[in-house]
Amino acid sequence: MTIPEFKKHWTSLGIGMVWLFILLWPLLGIKPEGLEVASTFNVWWRIALGCSFLLFLYQLNKAGAFKFISRPAGAVAGSMKSATSMVPMAVWFVIGIACTALIPQFAGRYAQDVAINCMIYVCLGLGLNIVVGLAGMLDLGYIAFYGIGAYTYALLSVQFQLSFWICLPISAGMAGLGAWLIGYCSMRMRGDYLAIVTLGFAEICRMVLNNWMSLTNGPNGVTGIKAPGLYWFDFTNGMTLEHIWLKKLSLIYYVILILVVFTIIAVYRLQHSRIGRAWEAIREDETAAEVMGVPTFYMKLLAYCSGACFGGMAGAFYAARMRFVSPESFTFLESAMVLSMVVLGGMGSIPGVILGALALIALPEIFREFELYRMLVFGGVMTLMMLFRPQGMLPSKRTMRSGKD
Amino acid sequence: MCIGMTNMAELHLHDVSVRFGGLQALAEVNFSLMPGEIVGLIGPNGAGKTTVFNVITGVYNASGGDVEYDGASLQGLKPYQVLAKGIARTFQNIRLFQNMTALENVMVAQHSRTGCGILGAIFRTPSQKLEEEQIKERAMEELRFAELEDFADEVASSLPYGHQRRLEIARALASDPTTILLDEPAAGLNPAESSELMETICKISERGINVLMVEHDMKVVMGICQRLVVLDHGVMIAKGNPEEIQKNPAVIEAYLGS
Repeated sequence: MTIPEFKKHWTSLGIGMVWLFILLWPLLGIKPEGLEVASTFNVWWRIALGCSFLLFLYQLNKAGAFKFISRPAGAVAGSMKSATSMVPMAVWFVIGIACTALIPQFAGRYAQDVAINCMIYVCLGLGLNIVVGLAGMLDLGYIAFYGIGAYTYALLSVQFQLSFWICLPISAGMAGLGAWLIGYCSMRMRGDYLAIVTLGFAEICRMVLNNWMSLTNGPNGVTGIKAPGLYWFDFTNGMTLEHIWLKKLSLIYYVILILVVFTIIAVYRLQHSRIGRAWEAIREDETAAEVMGVPTFYMKLLAYCSGACFGGMAGAFYAARMRFVSPESFTFLESAMVLSMVVLGGMGSIPGVILGALALIALPEIFREFELYRMLVFGGVMTLMMLFRPQGMLPSKRTMRSGKD
Repeated sequence: MCIGMTNMAELHLHDVSVRFGGLQALAEVNFSLMPGEIVGLIGPNGAGKTTVFNVITGVYNASGGDVEYDGASLQGLKPYQVLAKGIARTFQNIRLFQNMTALENVMVAQHSRTGCGILGAIFRTPSQKLEEEQIKERAMEELRFAELEDFADEVASSLPYGHQRRLEIARALASDPTTILLDEPAAGLNPAESSELMETICKISERGINVLMVEHDMKVVMGICQRLVVLDHGVMIAKGNPEEIQKNPAVIEAYLGS
């Protein structure tokens, strides 16, 4: 690193800060009483100072001022890495599940609520990951299948009193059917065109849910949905089987945990099968994949439908947990949110998507006090991520081994 | 020259024409690839050589004529169905699955020879596990054939150029073809690599696979091809053995201009 390069950094930082001020001013400075600079400046100087400090640290690091710390730290990190890679992935998976399973024993209602939300989005993210991360199709309307799943269980439960466990596969199937219908017409399209079609489809779905008063009760939503039930041993007089409703948050927590485990295992196995390889081949080069014997149209449709099935399952759970569904929950913003999780975490990587869901659901909850600036920070973080780490937080690693080493 | 053991699949092109709008890319091309043969398809740039490959593999549909393989017409078949019939190909500009490992690249080619479905994959049924083992075994076999077994776990895009060429051939071979179409396999290879390539092509032929190749490197073409077909502006101007072609006035004119 040379002096001119350092200077260049400071100039870009300066320009960036002026630009930020121009952006912030209309956001914070326009008051009913008129324009005001003080409140903008108040926020701005903190950010500017923080960024300057970070740049200063970065340059010190580049210049080698931190070698005395970073060298042993690097060595420790390296040995940690080799130690962790000694333990197979399956062990980490089991440890992770065990820790998650313990949360309701220690955490309060609020934390459990957030955790359940997180896990719903993990399911959604993993489902979308099949479509976007593996098969490489941009789907902006994924939330429609979540909605179809939710409404399928809601209506079956309210109208026919069907049990959650029966409705779960039905919901997945209905979402898959919806995906098949839309996919059959649109899978010939690629890239941007497909994105627009799926976006349109999601809006149509939402509009139908919103306007079909006789079936869905329109914007008022469906109420009176049953929670999942379960037969459990009752020891009051001998041992009998008793039907209980899983209404308590800590009980329903385990239902979604099971769903998450199932989804992770299913997606992992799909990814490492003949079908997952075909999907990835399509993502890499559709024409070459077709010439190498992959029926691309059929495989893309399969990816779209199986992704939708996981979304439908998550939807059924959502309906069972809220015991109320309305079209408002299935807006484009939700689609964008799920897509952001997949992209932020790392396309095609299961741990990445899980991390992405945690980051986008849990972090905003932790920083509740800064709710006002949430979207601002969210946008900023996404921009920075795409600039500096476009492959995502935990990009997918090639795990297929030849088994020699 | 190498002598192949034969399979019975014959490839015939009957008066194949391809038209893109007003451009006649191929005009009534007629030739055959008989069992055990290595045939070269040559011609100046833009002669329509790759178009011939694209018509045979179903990437383009012929506007006239018929492609017949192993006694059945290939007309109207999708590329994956053509592969299932036993015709595999490589591409002029390497088209590997860049972010997949060499092994995975080759494993993809077994797709049409295997049949495990989505439920089999999710529940890892015993038959699925067995099939996966077989796919891997078969893929490793082809990697060994291409002398790439040490690079099995490398991501395809990180391989050197010559290795990527070989990997593409390995991928094509892993689909158990009876005919392989090689589109400029020697492009960008140094002399040592292209003589290795010639050996590889002979070995492929010895395995009983018919070879049709497009190639500009005359040393390779003249060295291993038993017959040549020459195209110019979509028209077949000559066919015959290498000695005849070298003396053919029409060919000389096409290459050097009048």
